[in-house]
This record gives sequence, C-alpha cells and structure tokens, in this order.
Amino acid sequence: MSDSLEDDFAAHALAEDTEDHRWAFGTGFTDALEGVDTRVPDGVDAQALAAYCLMLGDDALILSHRLQQWVTRAPELEEETAIANIALDLLGQARMLLARAGKADGTGRDEDQFAFWREAKEFRNVRLVERADGDFAEMLARLLVFSAWRLAQFDALRSSKDPVLSAIAAKGVKELTYHRDYAARWVVRLGDGTAESHRRMQAAFQTVWPLVDELFLTHRVEAALPQVAPDASTLRSEVDVILDTVLATATLDRPEVPPLAGVGSRYGRDGLHTEAFGYVLAEMQSVARAHTDATW
Amino acid sequence: MVTGNIVTSATVPTGGAVATEAETAWDVAARVPDPELPMVTLAELGILREVKQDGQAVTVVITPTYSGCPAMLEITRDLRYRLRAAGFGDVTVRTELSPPWSSSWITRRGREKLSSAGIAPPNMPGRGNGGPIPLILRLPARDIACPLCGSGHTEEISPFGATACKALYRCRDCAEPFEYMKDI
Repeated sequence: MSDSLEDDFAAHALAEDTEDHRWAFGTGFTDALEGVDTRVPDGVDAQALAAYCLMLGDDALILSHRLQQWVTRAPELEEETAIANIALDLLGQARMLLARAGKADGTGRDEDQFAFWREAKEFRNVRLVERADGDFAEMLARLLVFSAWRLAQFDALRSSKDPVLSAIAAKGVKELTYHRDYAARWVVRLGDGTAESHRRMQAAFQTVWPLVDELFLTHRVEAALPQVAPDASTLRSEVDVILDTVLATATLDRPEVPPLAGVGSRYGRDGLHTEAFGYVLAEMQSVARAHTDATW
Repeated sequence: MVTGNIVTSATVPTGGAVATEAETAWDVAARVPDPELPMVTLAELGILREVKQDGQAVTVVITPTYSGCPAMLEITRDLRYRLRAAGFGDVTVRTELSPPWSSSWITRRGREKLSSAGIAPPNMPGRGNGGPIPLILRLPARDIACPLCGSGHTEEISPFGATACKALYRCRDCAEPFEYMKDI
C-alpha cells in the first residue's frame, strides 16, 4: 500500500465530521475507561491497586490470546463463535483493568503500552493461562478452572472499596457465568461421552491440574488492599465445590498430582513464567514492535 | 422517555439529523441507532443513560452492554457527529460502568423492533440471591417464542452468537434458526 493510500485510510477511519467512521468496527481504540471517574479512593494504596489490576488484567489478556488461537481451528462453527465471544469478553475486561492500572500507578500508561511493551518478567498473570492447548479438551479443562476461579474472585470484588474495580467486576460476573457454564456443559458431555472423549477429558484435567494450586496463593498485594481485593485463598472452597460437582457429573476423577513448584517462593504473580509464555508473548507483541507507529 | 422522532426502520438517516427548535439534545441522542443492531436506537437498547444539556454544551452518558463491546467508539462518534449536526457545539460523551447494563433495560418499543427484525427479545434475567452464583449444567429451558412463526417450541443451539449480546436458537416447528438477545 502506498503511503498516500495508507494516509487516506487513516483519515477515513478517523473522520468524525461525516458518517464514514462507521465503515468498519474496531479500527481505532480509545481509552477503555474514557469518561470514567478513576480517582483512587482515600485510604487505598494506589501502587498496590495498580499491581492488583495488572494481575487480573494480565490473566484475562493472556487467556484471551490463547482462546483466539482457536479461531479457524475449532471443531464446529458454533463452538468457534463461542470461544471467540469468550475471548472478546476477557479482552474487554483486560482493557479496562490495564487502563485502571495505568491511571492508578500515576504513569498514565495505556493498555497498548502494558500489552505490547512489557517483558515477560513484568507480566503478573498466573501460569495457568500460558500453555498452548493440546486439544479441545484442554481448552475446556482450563476454561472451566479459570472461569470458576475468576467468577468467585469477581463476585467478591463486586463489594470492593474501589468503585472502578467493583464496576468492572459487576459487569464481568455476568460474562464469566456464561463462560463457566459453557465449559462445564462441554466437560460433562465429553467426560460422560464415549470412551475416547472420557479419556481425553480426564487427560486434559491431569495436564491442567498442577497449575491450580497457584490460583489460591495469598499474595502480598492483596494483603496491602484490605476491603479492595479478596485474599485468593478464601476463594478455594467455593471453587472446589463447583469443580467437584462438574467432575463428578462428568464421571471424571479429581486429579491427584503435585502442584507446579515456584522458584524461591516466586510464581506467575511475581513474574515467574513457564516456557510457553515466551511464545505466546512473542506472537502477541511482534506486530506492535515491528511497526511502532502503527494504529488500529 | 423516548419521544416523537423515533427512526422506525433499519435505515440510518444521513444528513437528516437537523434539529427543530423544540428538539432537545436527548431527542437527538435518543434516535441514534445502535451500530450492531441498527433496528433499535441507543435509548431503546437502554445504553443511553443520561443527557445533560446546558445551552450549547451537552454531556451524554452511555454504558456498554458487554466489557468487550467493540462498538463503543463508533457509538461515541455517532453521538458527537449527530449532536453537532443538530447544532450542539460542545459535546462530551462519558461512559459509566455501574450499574452494569441489563437486558431488562431494553424498552417495550425496542423489544418489538428486535422481534420484527427476527431477533427474539430477552426474558427477564434471574435475580441473584446473594449467595454463590449457581452452576447451570443443563441448557437453560427458556420460554422463547420463535420470532418468525411464533411457535414456543424452540431450543438453544449455542449460548454465544454473532455479537456478544446474542445467543443462537432454532425453532423446532418452522426449523428456522434465529437469534436471541441474551438475558443478563
């Protein structure tokens, strides 16, 4: 594309003095929290709040990207649409949370700076979201665990002292309920299906399970945010009830495998990631880094 | 809430957004069509929350249906463009996230228009009881009439559809697939 044609496109996409801005969706992104009052309430540690929003934002950002990799690869069109919808919801949550982090920490960084310009060790997501799915069953096993956990977390965050976080959570709860129940129905269908689907569903949970314990480790950032962020360990019993119910209905066994160890008590939340993370990050960041002045 | 000049077809008025003297900023903002569901207006969809008017200065408050709604920027630009075209010089569009949008905010007129366009309008969402959110392992049995033939003999194909706010259904009598506006 010639430069002038490219300029034409850019001008066309941004024109607000005609109706031409309707020519395509998503051709420009603004601040996900534009127009939202983002002042940090009195008595809340702004740096800890920013760190916490990064954790939750990174969880959603990376899993969203892994789910997007199913687009054009899902077994049926309806499932592909479902997975893409879930990825879109999570991306929306990530955008708001990253924007919240950039405002709370005082740096003014926007979502793109967080998503595309941080190194792996600066990401604060749990390691559960990192690996590439080996098959459809692995996608479902992880989605069930993740959405059951995140739903419990967001449900608790609805009463957060930070009004922005509580508003993001209240929206997210409605979305995550759909995600969890979608995954749960598929797990039951495959677990209680044929011998082959049962075997693969069980194998998928064996693969995912070592990463479950980490979801419930109390983090010092949560401790610094009383009444703002729930202690992750308090979510365990609620999530266990859901997972055990689904596994039992699906005639699957709850895996008994040791958790993936941290290194010197560091985990995903502390910037320690698995090998798979480098690959997903490279894919996600390469276009932005190759074309530093690009807009979309 | 919505008065007078409602756009009754799916066509988007071009250049016709000229305000009459009596027209308020609310009137102009209220008839802006949703970009993804152009048969209904922002007011009918319940995402237009408030319009504050102070002379030529107008502040519009909108809310997204879903966190990842990709149309927020287009909606913001539409509002600015149409309000400016209607003579309001100073337009600010703000987003409010709380309380979260509910499909029960779609107006009666909006529901009728969705139905006429082949999209089944949402049932009332269930109310939370304050406890943990119940797990629903069966496809929810909703009482949804086929917008094409009126039969109540319908079933869900997928809880997710072509946009974040819709699910896929099919009618077991006329055999046509149709969309259902999710109840959230």
